Amino acid sequence: MKHKEQNSSAASIMDAAAIRRALRRIAHEIIERNRHLANIVLAGIPSRGVEIARRIAAFIRGIEKAEVETGVIDVAMHRDDVGTRAELPVVRASKLPVPLEDRTVIIVDDVFYTGRTVRAAMDAINSFGRPARIQLAVLIDRGHRELPIRPDYVGKNLPTATHEQIQVRLQETDNEPDAVWLERE
Amino acid sequence: MTTRWTRKDLLGLRELSADEINFVLETADAFKQVGTREIKKVPALRGKTLVNFFVEPSTRTRTSFELAAFRLSADVINISATTSSLTKGETLKDTARNLEALHTDILVLRHSSAGAPQFLANRVRASVINAGDGAHEHPTQALLDLYTIRERRGKIAGLHVAIIGDVLFSRVARSNIFGLLKLGARVTLVGPSTLVPREFEKLGVEVSHKIEDVLPKADVVNLLRIQHERQRREYFPGLGEYIRLFGLTKERAKLLKPDCVIMHPGPINRGVEIDSDVADGLQSVILDQVTNGLAVRMAVLYLCGGIAT
Repeated sequence: MKHKEQNSSAASIMDAAAIRRALRRIAHEIIERNRHLANIVLAGIPSRGVEIARRIAAFIRGIEKAEVETGVIDVAMHRDDVGTRAELPVVRASKLPVPLEDRTVIIVDDVFYTGRTVRAAMDAINSFGRPARIQLAVLIDRGHRELPIRPDYVGKNLPTATHEQIQVRLQETDNEPDAVWLERE
Repeated sequence: MTTRWTRKDLLGLRELSADEINFVLETADAFKQVGTREIKKVPALRGKTLVNFFVEPSTRTRTSFELAAFRLSADVINISATTSSLTKGETLKDTARNLEALHTDILVLRHSSAGAPQFLANRVRASVINAGDGAHEHPTQALLDLYTIRERRGKIAGLHVAIIGDVLFSRVARSNIFGLLKLGARVTLVGPSTLVPREFEKLGVEVSHKIEDVLPKADVVNLLRIQHERQRREYFPGLGEYIRLFGLTKERAKLLKPDCVIMHPGPINRGVEIDSDVADGLQSVILDQVTNGLAVRMAVLYLCGGIAT
């Protein structure tokens, strides 16, 4: 499984240090843009988004000495393609603090692509209540949007072709060293 | 753990692997959370049509499936034995073919004949979910029982589960036995020898005819409903004698370990298989079973109805 996937057509995009710097910068931007950190919920999309949210919260704690709440927002049961795929996405329990009315929910994911996952995440969040605002933080924005959604915080913009694949590995979720690379099929 | 579900139908627990059972229980965790949201509905099965086809009457199981389907955004039609054309002589197969001609996606079937769901599953494209067939299986009841045990005790493997009462005619008992053994529990069946014959030992369970021997050792007691309305006289001596020998009275409940969990699939006969005070006591998880039944049925409908056909 490991680095067999990193064949000759794979190009390294980020290593552990680059990922760390990008998430620390996102933490700074979140602090700048949001006056009341206590109202923020970093809602990760399983499974890497949850880990990225945890890391951003840790950076905010280190920078501002402020605790930011984290949550989990599962999108599998809100997707619009159930019944069209041979394999069902695994559903996981969502976890958000309620009530959401005065909160800023920041959706956190690893790769931002068509926007359909984020749309599903917004639907899921709305079933918990009506947050004051929703923002979006992603490690990689690879383009090719199919919906009018844009991210608020981006670790790295990476223009790609549709036949290319972004691979993300995080120590905690994949038991492999942190890395992002691009694969050409 | 398997992360794949490939079955279109849920017919019984006998054919499921331990991995598949655990996968349903974990999926049910996610759906249980939906019940705590402000809006208790997800679009997972939007546009799918579910038919609740109950040839044998049942309000609680049908309602649970119906609510589970609503919470998944499926459209639901209820057909009962009295409203269906079965009373006009239509065969089960023809009824099913008619339902399929209406583009039904999921067929939830309760039937008095063992094997009826299997019969239909082999003949229709729709997913078939067994909601109880004769004395054969009632898989979603066993799955919600397993879910409730796991929720209360944190595990199933190694626990000692006593199933008490009318085991002979009980599909709930059969499905529970298959599920519990696959997940590594120890199972003891308790009841009069007419309702709990020694033959059950062949399934890998223990059999006891003396409830006082089993209660002090049990981690879970699952009391089956005495189906006195359909009980045949030759198997069943009488309610008074049953209560005297096998009822979970207040006195007998004192024999239980303090952390023993008391379960009942409902509807309970207060004062028959269980005393009122015991049914409402702290060890009772009877209402948790109802709540969990909804989550487990959402998981089953999502898994069987959600895969591409």
